[in-house]
Amino acid sequence: MLRLDVPLSFWGAFDPQTGLIIDVHHPQRGANLARVILLMRESKGSGSAPGAIAEAIRLGTAPAGIVLVAPDINLAVGATVATELYGKACPIVTVSEAEFERLGGEIRLRIAADGTITPA
Amino acid sequence: MSLELEPRDQTLLAGSEGKAMQLAMRLVVQAARILNAPRLIPISFAHIDACFYTGQSHVDFVRFLLDNGARLAVPAWTNNGVVSLADPELRPEAQAPKMVSEARKLMQLYAELGCRPTWTCAPYQLAGGPRFGDHIAVGESNAVAYYNSVVGARTNKYGDYLDVACAITGKVPFAGLHTDEGRKAQVHFDATALPEAWRASDIFPQLLGHHIGPIAGRRIPAISGLPAATPKDGLKAISAAAAASGGVELWHGVGVTPEAADLASVFAGGETVAVTADALRRAHADLTTARDGPLDAVALGTPHFSFREFAEIVRLLDGRAVKTGLPVLISTSRGVRELIAARGWLAILEGGGVRVPVDVCTYYSPRIPELRGRVMTNAAKWAYYAPGMLGVEVIFGSLRECVESAIRGEVWRDPDLWVMP
Repeated sequence: MLRLDVPLSFWGAFDPQTGLIIDVHHPQRGANLARVILLMRESKGSGSAPGAIAEAIRLGTAPAGIVLVAPDINLAVGATVATELYGKACPIVTVSEAEFERLGGEIRLRIAADGTITPA
Repeated sequence: MSLELEPRDQTLLAGSEGKAMQLAMRLVVQAARILNAPRLIPISFAHIDACFYTGQSHVDFVRFLLDNGARLAVPAWTNNGVVSLADPELRPEAQAPKMVSEARKLMQLYAELGCRPTWTCAPYQLAGGPRFGDHIAVGESNAVAYYNSVVGARTNKYGDYLDVACAITGKVPFAGLHTDEGRKAQVHFDATALPEAWRASDIFPQLLGHHIGPIAGRRIPAISGLPAATPKDGLKAISAAAAASGGVELWHGVGVTPEAADLASVFAGGETVAVTADALRRAHADLTTARDGPLDAVALGTPHFSFREFAEIVRLLDGRAVKTGLPVLISTSRGVRELIAARGWLAILEGGGVRVPVDVCTYYSPRIPELRGRVMTNAAKWAYYAPGMLGVEVIFGSLRECVESAIRGEVWRDPDLWVMP
């Protein structure tokens, strides 16, 4: 589980080739998002984000799942396209602020097929 | 709110018309649920941004659509690509072989899908596009802001893949900027106290747009104090600059843009921010990373130069040539380049040492080799992105300053531009 407290743009601030946060202005620059469950209240909007997340899912550098408070169309679209094209999933789940806080205290999380999140 | 789907939408979703149409409808429905839209509404036009190569998945996506029977439901025009199909020497393949060849392939695949190959970020400069009140689907940020604000067509900002999905299904979620209540201003910028001569200058809309973007944030701004005679290119500048610096998707120019006959029509009250001369000076400084002095290049045409801007630059050049060896690039669309070629202006510009590339923008990588070092521009959007994307230093100026500087090979400042009464 990795929690980001500053919104990340998947386009420009994240490198799908490596899975690393590359934005010099992001406090968690250098963090590796590959195969973690990513907790992030909201993503920073970019019209190119769907391609970046789809590319990361294709390459295996994407998070295993993403937990958001504010639902995000770009991430959802990118993940749906990648599932269709490559048969690989990256579930994107929206939770309440209280739930987000509670999950943020965990070390390992499991996302079930129906979107339920439980400590693992 | 539950989403109501028409029978045809449900047919697509069920896969009766193939996997491509099913995926497209699934993406539109997914967006509709996130936006809490009650239904989908038909669109009349789309502008496709997914033709801009960012990785292998972009190519795989359009291939999947073509292989599985996708058809466009509405006219779809293309944004610029990473490479120029018309001027391939701009970004030579040797520079980034895989990227350049894949980017070209991607553009060809979208043409194969039936898109009109306009390859422009300023589709609103071409004849036959959407009109006031039309619902459309657009992704390119400046075009979203321009269509919404200046044309009065209605679009949310549709990211990659969703733009194509809307064009294929012919539908968008009825939400956000498609609704009447979603188009009201939430913050008011008042520039009326600034001297009229300033507000009539060509740098004013550039600086204003750059300045208001981050203050507006996610709010829709209304602007008082734009001269009624502000040319379309000025409205383009506000749209592009505010979208780049702040993500603005719709703005209203009181007495200027079609939905804002007066302030009360678009703004029910709330925060008013005065636009001061100091704020614009700060915007100017913010868009300039280098001191005045010798230049390595001049880059104009972000968003793409219009017919009228070409008329203006031919007038300003007045038969003179730019400094020998100084790269001066003006990006535009094929459509506009044809028009200026027919007028004889293209020959005049090329004879004067100016290049007019089409199909592309010049601020992203792979870097056009000539654009290095200290580059001057009149475009706030170019100045905003180029230092980070290309590693160049940038000097912002008016169109006249750019022309006179290009002729001299070093920055020339207009003594009349910043005089306060």
